[in-house]
Parts: sequence; structure tokens; C-alpha cells
Amino acid sequence: MKQKQNDFIIELRDVTKSFGNVNAVDGISFGVRPGEVVGLIGDNGAGKSTLIKILSGVHPPDSGQIIVRGHEARNWNAARSRDAGIETVYQDRALAPQQTITRNIFMGREIKDRFGIIKVNQQYQEANRLMREIGFTSKVFDPDSPVATLSGGERQGVAIARALYFDADLIVLDEPTTALSLLETAKVFGFIENVRARGRSIIFIGHNIYHVYDVADRFVVLDRGRVVMTEDKSAIPAPEVLIKHMQEIAELGHAAEASPA
Amino acid sequence: MIGSGSDGQQIAREDASGLVKWLRNNRRALTSTLFLMVMLIGFTMANTDVFTQFKTYRSVMIALPVSIFLVVPLVFVVTAGEIDLSFPSVVGLSSYAFVSIVDQGGEPLLGIAAALAVGAALGVVNGILVVRIGLSALVATLGMNFFLRGFINILVEGFSIAIPEIRGSLIHTIMADDTIIIAGNQGIPNQMLWALAFTALGVFLYNRHSFGARVHCVGDNPESAAEMGIDVNRTRILVFVFTGLGAALAGVFSVMINFVWWPTTGDGLLLPVLAGLFVGGTPTWGGIGTVFGGMIGTSIVAFIETGVIAAGLTGFFTQFFYGLIIILSLIFQRFNGGRVR
Repeated sequence: MKQKQNDFIIELRDVTKSFGNVNAVDGISFGVRPGEVVGLIGDNGAGKSTLIKILSGVHPPDSGQIIVRGHEARNWNAARSRDAGIETVYQDRALAPQQTITRNIFMGREIKDRFGIIKVNQQYQEANRLMREIGFTSKVFDPDSPVATLSGGERQGVAIARALYFDADLIVLDEPTTALSLLETAKVFGFIENVRARGRSIIFIGHNIYHVYDVADRFVVLDRGRVVMTEDKSAIPAPEVLIKHMQEIAELGHAAEASPA
Repeated sequence: MIGSGSDGQQIAREDASGLVKWLRNNRRALTSTLFLMVMLIGFTMANTDVFTQFKTYRSVMIALPVSIFLVVPLVFVVTAGEIDLSFPSVVGLSSYAFVSIVDQGGEPLLGIAAALAVGAALGVVNGILVVRIGLSALVATLGMNFFLRGFINILVEGFSIAIPEIRGSLIHTIMADDTIIIAGNQGIPNQMLWALAFTALGVFLYNRHSFGARVHCVGDNPESAAEMGIDVNRTRILVFVFTGLGAALAGVFSVMINFVWWPTTGDGLLLPVLAGLFVGGTPTWGGIGTVFGGMIGTSIVAFIETGVIAAGLTGFFTQFFYGLIIILSLIFQRFNGGRVR
């Protein structure tokens, strides 16, 4: 039941990437439609992180095409990816811990005039507003506090605030619930629902199949640099079924019942 | 939810902490400023006669600007997580470009442009060696320092160039004469005013411009900076170019002040300027620093020699006090915290 390809916000066609002898991404084709939450799953070393770093422009692919809203992208890099409306919340949060919360939120995309002069007050106010929106109620820190003074969940909040501010069409969340408390995890899920309600798309990468199952509309399973299964949620009645598929993939290299993509 | 009471409390807290916040955010620069003041008070108590006279301060302000033009861009380099040890020879070579043009009757402004071009080009070379070829900044720029000094020596075979004719010219009056007269016919050397203006420009770039913001992020966490779309390599090359430009200005001012270019011009600056940089409050690990503090730090270093002699000690004590004061001030800076991650 494939939709028209130009429906995709972004699409990768037969993309490869190797590091030395390791084919981290070995010919992947994959796209994201507006308003959908894609759960990207796979074991360690399946190529999830490399795939999203290609998507976000951090790693240039060795071969293959990147198509943004129907047009092939040239000289794809991190700045272009963000310009195209893709915000990535990296597993390592992509923060500069000695810098203020404000500077981290606007890292690489400062609010500035045409001479490059930063509008310091506006950035401060926006950071303050975002922190409230995310639910930062602590009085110990403010937008001028260095990120190093924050807890893991609060740091994740800063990374998410960044994606929120730039009102991305596609938000990539790489293992967003790792090392978070239950309450913080619930906040991340609330954020995902919020983004979905606004018609934006999400790629959710996770180890915890239950988490992924709860939020995703569609599952893409990677194994050793390839897409081995693509399935809508309607075809997977319960997370246990997804886990069973995952186990088969680990043993056979592909899912027994679902057809490989 | 939060009631109006706690909202009011929060506003009150923000009001009360305005000064505290400012102190906290500027603690490194403030520490070095305090250190300079304490040091000057100490010198004044040791020799009240000398340290209450304007000419003592003027004598320091004559050569201090040369160091300030170097320390300001070096704060950017160290914040970006790099180091540049080639600046003494860049001072020498870029000011050679200036002096040879003026010596042959050329326009001084053309000479300054040539010096800036040489400084910027050498900055690009440093940047390519470190960023593109991937050499260690410490070793590559140290190598460049020797290489360029050697190149100067081969070029001029030990001869110096004097340009006394520059005295009285408009450009010299603007750059290195005394305009603001304080006592008798002595005033604040104009080069000091230029150096302060350069510091102000540096402070603005460092704190209020996207270039400064990116330098901070690149030095703090280059992987994050790259993930957020900052061109990390370009930012790194630019800080080396900035140092080249600062070194060129330092070189031009050095010749303007002395009326002579020596093959050794800039040679003695390496250690005092680096000491001033770190004494000023910029830590070695990158990501944070202070341009104003760097200016203060070089002032501390510049006053040590004058202070030691004025206090009645012989010149043999100078290096001893250099070391002592540098270590003491670094201990004070240690109270401002180590690296956070």
C-alpha cells in the first residue's frame, strides 16, 4: 500500500555508508510522510544512528540519493538539513555543556541581524518561554545557566526545546528516553503527541520496543545496515508480535512472516 | 500550578540576583581585574613616589598595546580549543611587509594593508596545517614560528630597517602620538586607545556576535557544534586568520612605536602574551574565556617588570616575580572552577 513517493518529506534512495570495512548503511531506501511517527528499530550496530546522521547531514552518504520534498538534495550537510525543516535530538543531546541554555538552544542558528550581531534579549526571552513550555519549573537555573548544571532529563529538555523552537517539519529523536526517569519519559511522550497533533512528523529511534510500539504509526526495522521489515501499526497487533519479529530477524537475518522491504 | 505568590517570588529572585548573576558570569575577568588592582596597590605601597606619577603608567602603556593586539584574538583561538604559537614570527614578517613599503617611500596605509594581508595569509596557512592536514596546533604553529623567523633571517641577513621619517606623518600622529595630554607634554599614547578599542571590538565579537558564539560552541564540544550545522573547520580556520590579523596590527604598532624594524621584532612576545592570556582568566581547555580578562592579564604582566624595578629590586628579580605572580593569579582563577561537562 505504498503512497506516491512525492508524498515524502524526505526520502533516502539506496543510500550506503561505510566506515573502513564496515558497511554501516548498506543500501537503504526509506521515507517519512507528513504527520506520521516512524519507529526506527534494530539491534546495536544495525545502522540506526548512521542512518539518522545521514538524514541530518552529519555524515555524507557514500552513494545514493537524498530527496527533500521531491527534489534531490545536493551537497547535503547539517546546516542544509536544518534549513529543510529537519531537527534532530541526538542521543548525546548535541549540547555544549559550558555554554548557557540560551546559547545551546540557538547553537548554529542564532537570532541575529544581517551583520551577524546576536539579538541577545530576544534569544533570552525565547529561551525563557521555551523552558516554561517544556515544563522547567526549577528556580535554580535560568536561560543564562550553563547546561552543565542540569540533570540528564533537563538536558534532554534543552535539546527538545531546540527542535520545538525551530518548528521543524520532521523531528528525529535518537534514543530520547535513554537514562530518563519515568516522569521525564512521560514528558517526552507528551511532547511526541503534541508534535503529531500539529501535523509534524517524527522518527523515533529506540531500544525499548514497548516505547516504540506505543508512539509509532509505522515500524522500520534495520539489521546490519539494511531495512529488513517495514510494517504499519495496523499489521502488528501487540508489541510482543514486534518483539517476535525482531527475534526472528536476529536469528534469520529477516522476518519470517513479514515480507522484507 | 504555580500561584501568583510563587510567581512574585520568582520575579523577586530574578531582581535580587541581577548583580549576583553579572558577578557570576564575569567572575574570571573580575578576578584578574582585582588581581591587577591589588598588585598595583602593593607596588604603590612599596614605592609610593614612582607609582603616583603618571609617567610610570605611561611608560607601561607605550609597549603594552602590542601585547593587547595579540592577546585578544588568542582568547578566541584558545576558546576554540586551539593554540597559536606562531604569532611572534607573524608579527615579525607582517611588520617587515609594512616597513619595507614605507622605507621605499610607499604609502603607510598601503604598508598596513600589506601587513594585514601577510598576517591573514599566514593565519590561513596555520589553519590549513591544523584543520585540513590535521597537525597538532601546538606543534604545527611552533614549527611555523621557527620557520618564519628563519625565513626573515634569510631574507634580511640580520639587517634592521629604520623609518624615522614616519614621525610627524598624519598616520603616525593618529596611531602612536599622545593626543590626550595628562601631565606636561605627556599623555596617553594613542596606541593604548587603539588597543582598548580593539579590546572592545573583541569583547563584542566574543559575546554578541554569531562568530563568537560559534567559537564557544566549537571549543566546548566540536561534535555537537557540527551536529547543529556549525561549520567547525571554517570556524577554526577563522580564529587563526583573526590571530594573523591581530599579529599584523601588533607588528605595525611595534614599528610605529620604535621607528625601527628588527629581524627579531616580536620575538620576546611569546611567553608574556601567553602568560597574560591565562592570567587573565581564559582556561586552557577551551569553550570559555574572557577577552577583557586577557587585556587585564597582559597589563598585569606588563606592570610586573616596572613594579619590580621601582620597588628597589634589581632586574635579576624580574623573572622570579613573573613566575610568582603568574602562579598566584592562576591559583586565584582556580577558585572560579574547573572544567564542567
